[in-house]
This record gives sequence, C-alpha cells and structure tokens, in this order.
Amino acid sequence: MRRHRIATAAALLALAPAALAAGCGSDDDDGGSTSTSAGGATGAATTATDVSGSVSVIGIWTGDEQRSFQAVIDKFNETYPDIDVRYTSAGDNLPTVVGTAVEGGNPPDIATIAQPGLIREFQRQGALRSIDYARDTVSANYAPDFVDLGTIDGRLFSFVYKGANKSTVWFNVEAFRNAGVEDPDDWDEFLTNARTLGASGVPAYSIAGADGWTLTDLFENIYLRQAGPEKYDQLSEHRIPWTDPSVRAALRSMAQVFSDRENILGGTSGALQTEFPASVEAVFQNPARAAQVIEGDFVPGVVAETTRLRAGEGYDVYGFPEIGDSDDYVVGGGDSIATFRDTPAVRAFVEFLASTEGASTWAERGGFSSPNRTVGEDVYPDEITADIATAIAEARTFRFDMSDLAPAAFGGTPSQGEWKILQDFLANPSDINGTAEKLEAAAARAYR
Amino acid sequence: MSASALRGGAETGRGGGRRHDRRRASLVALLFLAPALIFLVVWIVYPTGWTIVRSFFDRGGDEFIAFDNYKEIFTTDTLQTAIKNNVIWVAVVPALVTAIGLVFAVLTERIAWSTAFKTAVFMPMAISLFAAGVIWRIMDEKDPSRGTINAAINEVKGVFGSDGVLSAGQGSSPQLTGSVEQGFVLRNPVTAGETASLGLTAIPPDEVPADARQAVEPRAVEGEIAGVVWRDFKPGGGRPGVVETEELGIPGATIELRDPGGGVSQTATSGADGSFVFRDVGSGQFRVAIGSQTFAAPFTGVSWLGPKLITPAVMIAYIWVWAGFAMVIIAAGLSSISREVLEAARTDGATEWQVFRRVTVPMLAPVLSVVFITMIINVLKVFDIILSVAPQSSQDDANVIALAMWRTSFGGVNDFGLGSAIAVFLFLLVIPVLALNIRRFKREEA
Repeated sequence: MRRHRIATAAALLALAPAALAAGCGSDDDDGGSTSTSAGGATGAATTATDVSGSVSVIGIWTGDEQRSFQAVIDKFNETYPDIDVRYTSAGDNLPTVVGTAVEGGNPPDIATIAQPGLIREFQRQGALRSIDYARDTVSANYAPDFVDLGTIDGRLFSFVYKGANKSTVWFNVEAFRNAGVEDPDDWDEFLTNARTLGASGVPAYSIAGADGWTLTDLFENIYLRQAGPEKYDQLSEHRIPWTDPSVRAALRSMAQVFSDRENILGGTSGALQTEFPASVEAVFQNPARAAQVIEGDFVPGVVAETTRLRAGEGYDVYGFPEIGDSDDYVVGGGDSIATFRDTPAVRAFVEFLASTEGASTWAERGGFSSPNRTVGEDVYPDEITADIATAIAEARTFRFDMSDLAPAAFGGTPSQGEWKILQDFLANPSDINGTAEKLEAAAARAYR
Repeated sequence: MSASALRGGAETGRGGGRRHDRRRASLVALLFLAPALIFLVVWIVYPTGWTIVRSFFDRGGDEFIAFDNYKEIFTTDTLQTAIKNNVIWVAVVPALVTAIGLVFAVLTERIAWSTAFKTAVFMPMAISLFAAGVIWRIMDEKDPSRGTINAAINEVKGVFGSDGVLSAGQGSSPQLTGSVEQGFVLRNPVTAGETASLGLTAIPPDEVPADARQAVEPRAVEGEIAGVVWRDFKPGGGRPGVVETEELGIPGATIELRDPGGGVSQTATSGADGSFVFRDVGSGQFRVAIGSQTFAAPFTGVSWLGPKLITPAVMIAYIWVWAGFAMVIIAAGLSSISREVLEAARTDGATEWQVFRRVTVPMLAPVLSVVFITMIINVLKVFDIILSVAPQSSQDDANVIALAMWRTSFGGVNDFGLGSAIAVFLFLLVIPVLALNIRRFKREEA
C-alpha cells in the first residue's frame, strides 16, 4: 500500500497540474463519503430523499458541457438537498488521472469514462463497484444493446449516460447545391457524389488525419456495415485477427476514399496535419474549402464556435451511407458512469442519472444525445439533434466505437497502435495487406 | 553538498580537540541536515530506487520479468526511433546552441544597440518551452494561410510566380492529361480543319471569371484548328467531354499548338466563351495543350510538421529558445577576458578572425564547456517542446527517450514497467555527463 502511494506521488509530480488537482479533490471527498457509509443503512437509504453525504465525480466534460452537467447536479439537489456532488474535470487526461488515482488507492466515487475498455480494466483490477441496484432503471430506459455493453460477468457495472452518434456525415449545403448532389443512399452513390463534388471544384473530403480517432471511426462505420455486428463483436474482442478477410475488405473500401488524393483537402500530407476542429472549419467556411466531413454528432459544436452557419440551411447531416443491407446501423460512443464506491449518496446519484429526468435536464440544454429511450424527441433544442439522438436510442443495431472497446494501447493512444497505423494507411492507401498485418501485430501486443 | 558540509562540521569538532565535542558537533550538524536529508530520501532516493525495482516487473506490477522491459526498449520500432533521435539531438543541438550563442555574444559586443539586441534574443527564455512549442506549431503549419513560415515562403515565391487565371483544374476526360504544373495536353493529335475540345473540371466555383459566357462547341474551318476550353461541369456533373448548356467557357487561358517535335508553334488566348482558333497551321499533326501559364498553382506549403522535417522543425524551435541563454552566459564570460591580451594580439598584427580563433575562443573555453554540457543535459531530457510541436501523426517520427517514457507510462499505454525501464535507461545516459559536470565543479572549487 505504502509503496503505491509513493509511486503515485512520484507519478503525480511528473503529471500536469490537472492530475494534482484531481488527486487533492478525491482526497477531500474521502472523508465525506466514509462518514455517510458509517451513517446510514445501505440499500434502504437509496429511495429516501433524506440521504446525505458527498459524491466526488471526475469527468471529461469541460466548458459548456461542465456547465450542463452542473445543471444536472442542481436538478438532483432539488430532490436530495443534503448530498454534495462535487465535479472535477480532468479533460482528455481522464484515463491518466483516474488510472493514477486507482493505482494510488484513492479513486473518486464516480468517474465518467468514455472507454469501455478502461472500465473493463478497472473491473479486472477490482476497483469498480457493481451498480446492480440500478439495473431495473437501466433496463427499463435503455435498449438491450446498451445493457449488454455495461454488463461484465453478469453484473452491471456501467451505463452510457451521454451518447455520441458517430455514423454521421456533415456537409456544406451550398457546396452540395453547387455540385448538384444530394444525400447518398448507399456507399456507391457516396463515392459517385465525391467525384462530382471534386469536379465542381471543391474537394469532397475534409479529413482530420492528425487525430487518429477520426480514422478509426471511419473504419468502424465501414466495418460494421460490411462485416455485420457478429464479426464486429468478434473483432472488438480480438477473437478474430485483424488479418481476417473482412478487415481487408473494409480497408479496401476505406482506400476508395483515401486514394482519391485530389479529392482530399490538402492532399494526404495536409490531412495528416489537420486536427479535428480545423477539418470541420474548412467545410463550413465561406467559400467552402471542402464539401463534407465524416464525423460524429459533436461536429455542430465546432460549427457553432467557428462559423455562423445555421442548421439545415448552412450545414446539414446525413447518416453514414449503407453498405449492403445495413439499414439503421449506428456506431457510437458515449461517456459511461462507473462507480468506485458504494454509498447511499452514490446510489442516489447513479439512479438519478439513469432516470428520464437525469437525461432530459441536459438534453434540453443541447449538445447531448441520450441513449435513454424515455427522453422525448421534443426535449431536444433542434431537429438535427433530436434526429441524431433518436437514431442512437432506436438503432436496430448499436455498436460501441470499437477503438474505445480495445485496450487503450491499441485503440486509444495518440500516435500508437490503431491510430498511428491508420494514419500511415492514409499516407499510403495501397498497402492493404501490410496495414492489416501491422494492425494484427499491434493488437496482439495490446490484448495479451 | 551534504558530504562536504558534514566534513566541515567534523573539522570544527577536531579543532575543539575533544572526542566528546566532536560527536556533539556531528549530531548538531545532522540535526540541521535532517530536513534536507528527509526531502532527498523521500523525493529523490526512494522514487529512484522504486523506479529501478519497478522496471523489472511487468505492466501490472505483479510478475517479475527480469530484463524483458529493457530488451523491449531495443526491439520496439518507436523506441529505437527515440534513441536514434536522441543521438541526433545530442550531436546537433548543443553544438549549434553554443556556436550561435558565441556568435551573438561576440557580435553584440560591437554594436550600439547591444542591450536591445540581447534582450530580444533572450526573450524566448521568458516563456515556457511548452508555450514556445505551441507558437512554433502554429508557425510551422503546412497551409500558407495558417502557417507563418509557409506564408513567408509563399510571399517570396509570389514575386517570381506567374499570374494565371486559375489555381486548380483537372482534365474532365481521359482525353486531356497533364497537371497544373505542366499544362494539359490532348491525347489525340489534330490536323488542320479539325477541332479541339479541352474540358476542365475541379475548378473552384469562385474562380470562374466573371466575364465567362456559355461555352460553344467549336466549328471546323478549312486550314484552321478551332477549339474551346471550358469548365466541363454543371450541377450534377454533366456529361464529361461534351459542351452542354450551363457550362461556361474559360476566358484568358493560354492555348499552345505543339508540333510533333514538342516545340510550341503557335499560342492563342481563349475568348469569353472559351473559344480559340489557330490560323494557317499548315499540314502535319499537332497537339493542342493548355499552357501552364494559365495556372497559378497555389503554393501548398512545406510540410514542416510531416514525418521527414519534424525533428529539424522542433530543433529550430528549441534553438530559438536556448540561443539567448547561451549568448548571455558567453557574453558574461567574454566581458571578463582581459582587454590587454586582445589588444596585444591586435598590435602584433593579428586579423580579427585570428584574434577570435586563437585568443577569444581558447580563453572562453571554460564558459563554452559549461554551456555545452548544460545543453547536453537539457537535450537528453528534451520532452515538452516535442509534445507541443509535433502533431499526433508525426510524434512517432519525432520521438525521443523522455517523450517515449511519458507516453509509455502515462500517455494511455499505462505500462509503468516499461516506462520505468525507459526512465532508468535515460538515467544511465545522463550519469556520465553529470559526473563530468561534478568533476569540473570540484576542479573549479579547488
């Protein structure tokens, strides 16, 4: 125990101040939650509204999202005035911050984690507490695909609170009008459209190649549609190798986009240095520098920040084109709620987040797609958001972003593993077999 | 430091002459040293020891795997790149920083505004390396409309560049091949009395000249070659290679008539409807081409942040920061050199270069070596500036040992075993340089 603490101290020294802040935060909360568990009888207390205590939450949400989550906490406090929920943002460093806190034996009560792989890792380490007490609420409000996602060894450990639909393509309405193309019905039409867009003088694709995750998202969308959900699950768990013919087929489809160099803004070398916000900005500038960007439902946030385009008029969206019989398939992601302590206060908060009210409070503020089926369409601030959110909640097949399911070393680390290999593939899209072999080698290392 | 202080305490005791006093004196000394000692042990000795121990365990920390982590350092591609890059860094940067600092220091001695100049050169030291990295990350952007450096290159190029009517374009059918740089050539040769249709696509809509009119299909005339160059695109795409309604001509394009030998026998400029005509062409087969003068291909930028140039790009940023430091230290050393020696050399007829080479540099040698060794240590642990300059896609190519250590331990891989091994490896690399430095300190003290 002691040696861990010292190791953590040393690690913290090496980290950004954010880590230190988070570490201190959970230190403070420690006392609070211990006193609650000493105070009340566990279980029975969850339904009572006079539960008191404190809950520490570390999440990735900053800025607007943090304010929205604070609104959710405020709503929660209307029912449970005596529970003090303290939220600390770790930003994108969350895996590091929570990982170090767990290694040091001092985790937060709740963490919002975007990578199910990380949740599984924590569960294996024995750091997580099951939330079976909220199973009824979750099963009632969520589609079975989501309940399965949060279940490990038959017990519920997490649920997706904030969903992300990654099967979307965002386009500049005027660029599409100039080129005379419309939403494609399938992959072939998508490629034809791209050629027409290119001929109209606007590169069809804006690709954020500097951010590896945009490339894994593209791969997953193609793979789920081409290979089907069963293969998708097998590949997620590395039960089939990445050298499988289905992977090669998906890479070939991906290469149809990547090898159209003239049609990628900045060419491939330019794309490899373009980060996600810049890739969105390029599409929604006037005049458009590229026609469309293949990314998830967080694109409008960037559009709103950088341009004055309006939903439906300036920019619009279509679902990722079907390949074969893949209607209503959604690849998505989401921030899950996972708990490291089990106290009445934590239980109350978890139950609240899984409820209709817990999701609607944020949904009506915008920038939020809830996989919670009980959230009404009219809650969302505009039609585009409502459509995207409903697509997640009602998807025929929903699959979690595969790279987030994989061990972080393979699917979640900048310039390593899948991210890096797909970046190399973008630079050299003819190397399908080599790419598949490199992916398999990296996966074999990470999954062992 | 603590050792010498201890010795100092003991000596005072011996001065007292009595054994009892001596023991008491060392006790007092120990008492005073205790806080520093505890700090050293808790914050330096223990973590170092634990890092070494941890480096022999696997990523979970449960299984003893002896030297496997160390083997991995030398067998993983990206770690090998890191080592290679570190070697390049050590070979290039300390020498360059020292040399540039020396040049600045010597030159500023002779100019009137030396303080202002020194302040300007020293300024980068006032910001953190990370911030400096962010600045250079933006300056190094490939897109000339974003990156300062490429914008500057673009300006210089613009002075010599051509001014065409279009910036981009592609042949609309396989009949027309070529590129913006070389011009586009019709594949099939034409003879007098025939026509040439040169359709271009991929022209940005806002670049179609305002005076462009509906393109017209050329009509064959005896003894002439008539043709049209037009934007072969209308909403929805249209039929490639066919002049249709809504498709505009490209006025102002330079059309070349090339004879079989490849020479240009005639040129023409297209009209508002894109039409052009070559008269009195004579017999024989010709090729019709859109000359490259038509295009002002925009400068797309040098890929500073790409895999090939990323390490030099980071080094430039790093040198930019540290040159000021070197200059200030060397300038201080320079001012302590006795003027008489320099004057004597000059009186003896030495040229300025000889004075610099034979007198100034040798006399500055101790200062130069301080700067050089400090830079070696700094460069061995270079980290944050690489993280901030290199985009994710080229971080592998810019990798160095310290960065690899961080990425392995905290950057998502969370392999503390391998990370510790890399840390120990880096530690071993720094030790000889540190030893050198300590020995030099001791010599100076003695």
